[in-house]
Amino acid sequence: MSAVVKIRDVSVSYRENVALKGANLDIEEGSFLCVIGPNGAGKTTLLTVINGLGKIIKGNVKVLGMVLNKRNIFAIRRNIGYVPQKQDIDPRFPITVREVVDIGRHCRIGLLRRMNEADREIVESAMKVVGISELAARPIGHLSGGEQQKVAIARALAQEPKIMLLDEPTSNLDPKARCEIMELINKVYWERRLTIVFVTHLLGHVSDRCRQAVLMKRGRIVWQGNINKALNRKLLADLYECPVEALERDMPLAIN
Amino acid sequence: MLEIFQYKFMWRAILASVFGGASCGIVGVWVILLGIPFVGVAMSHAAFAGAIVGLLFGFNPLASAIIFCLISSLFIGPMAEKADFSFNTSVGIIFSFTLGIAFMGLGLIKGPKTEALNYIWGSILTISDGDCILLLAIFACLSLFLVCFYKEIRAVLFNCEIARASGMPEKFIFYSLLLLCAMTVSLNLNTIGGLLIFSLIIAPPSAAYQLTYNLKMMFLLSALFGVASCLAGLFFSYLFNVPCGAVIITCASLIFVVCLVFSPKRKVKLYEQA
Ligand SMILES: Nc1ncnc2c1ncn2[C@@H]1O[C@H](COP(=O)(O)OP(=O)(O)OP(=O)(O)O)[C@@H](O)[C@H]1O
Ligand SMILES: [Mg+2]
Repeated sequence: MSAVVKIRDVSVSYRENVALKGANLDIEEGSFLCVIGPNGAGKTTLLTVINGLGKIIKGNVKVLGMVLNKRNIFAIRRNIGYVPQKQDIDPRFPITVREVVDIGRHCRIGLLRRMNEADREIVESAMKVVGISELAARPIGHLSGGEQQKVAIARALAQEPKIMLLDEPTSNLDPKARCEIMELINKVYWERRLTIVFVTHLLGHVSDRCRQAVLMKRGRIVWQGNINKALNRKLLADLYECPVEALERDMPLAIN
Repeated sequence: MLEIFQYKFMWRAILASVFGGASCGIVGVWVILLGIPFVGVAMSHAAFAGAIVGLLFGFNPLASAIIFCLISSLFIGPMAEKADFSFNTSVGIIFSFTLGIAFMGLGLIKGPKTEALNYIWGSILTISDGDCILLLAIFACLSLFLVCFYKEIRAVLFNCEIARASGMPEKFIFYSLLLLCAMTVSLNLNTIGGLLIFSLIIAPPSAAYQLTYNLKMMFLLSALFGVASCLAGLFFSYLFNVPCGAVIITCASLIFVVCLVFSPKRKVKLYEQA
């Protein structure tokens, strides 16, 4: 097993405040990594380091064997499926669900090329996996939040990425939709042998496929290791700075 | 009635209407969908200021209008990226700055200011062959760019962040859109006029938007509405001897109102048909 992502002493800053401080992280190929931490811990920022959206002020990053720099960045991004935390989708934009999923394909085939039959099939199968085939011709603005989340996942899948970055894909969903998306992610992980980085602050949302965990707080990676050890009362109470009882009320099943 | 087609100037005006109207319609879809409609105002005033400065110092007003407009568009984007305010704020700053320059220039021009004022109202009936060719050229560039990079343009218009994160050259696309927009605005300055071109950029895509959920259709309808407004404006201004630019804008607005009233998007299905 080799590391597909190597983050070495990376700091990220948004103007005046430093959102990520000296992070070191290796992500193995084919692993399912969960990033856990309270609001503002820097989880999203850590993801944006991997696909080069964040502004790195120190340190270096290697993704899929390529150093993240201006030259490689397009190649790296094309191999990473990104489902952002909040998608600022203009509900009035004239675009259908299928056309949104097409975007994932478009970036792979490159400039001045058209989608061929194979590409179209990939798009259709991505929509089928996610279960939005019936919505394909609807305008994106007419979908509910959970359905839009599925569209975002289908778009990322259509990219046939090597790495998937999922930023709290389940946080705004009802229990049914959450289970569906979790199952979907598990299935995709299993079938496609992807590397998945999954961000959440809700411990009940951690997938049972997940093996590794990274705990973050105030811009630092404070702990990394096996997920079962991470879901530990004392560790989590420290991480969220709240009493264990409160954590248990929130997610009775997950913690041991 | 048909005698108007005998005049060469009339044919030039018709061609200018077709190319100018279609270009404005296409550019309008971009700025509307990017959510930055006022970029049109800022650019038209930058172009106007450029033309005035050109007149004042004896350069070719059109060339200096283009240069001003391109420079302003190159300021607008990075300003919004670097500083911590919205795109529309940086557009507003450019707008007021160029308006200031334009009025200063107007004040400094000695004698009658007819030529300068022409750039406010435009005069489609007095354009030259060269103007016509330029309008055709910019329309060709726009169409070519749109056809070649359609899938990237759609992604950038839809969501810049997604386009960037999936590895598309979104900066290249975005700045090309801005620069082409600037070229279109400045080249249409002496046909439609700096004050009115903004409405010709906003009204046709808004009207087209009322009628469709399909982006390709929206581009097509918007370009058509642009052409229709210009031709109708030309025709009525000839008939009733009123300023052409004003009639063009009135027609564009009327088309918008009609589309709004008959928009299928406003109909609510009360019962789901089984
Ligand atoms: N665009 C921004 N401008 C300035 N500061 C920012 C910006 N985005 C994030 N930050 C800061 O960086 C820090 C980390 O933010 P980040 O979005 O990575 O947190 P997070 O762990 O994803 O939180 P959440 O669970 O709320 O999504 C926060 O303290 C936040 O204030
Ligand atoms: Mg976040």
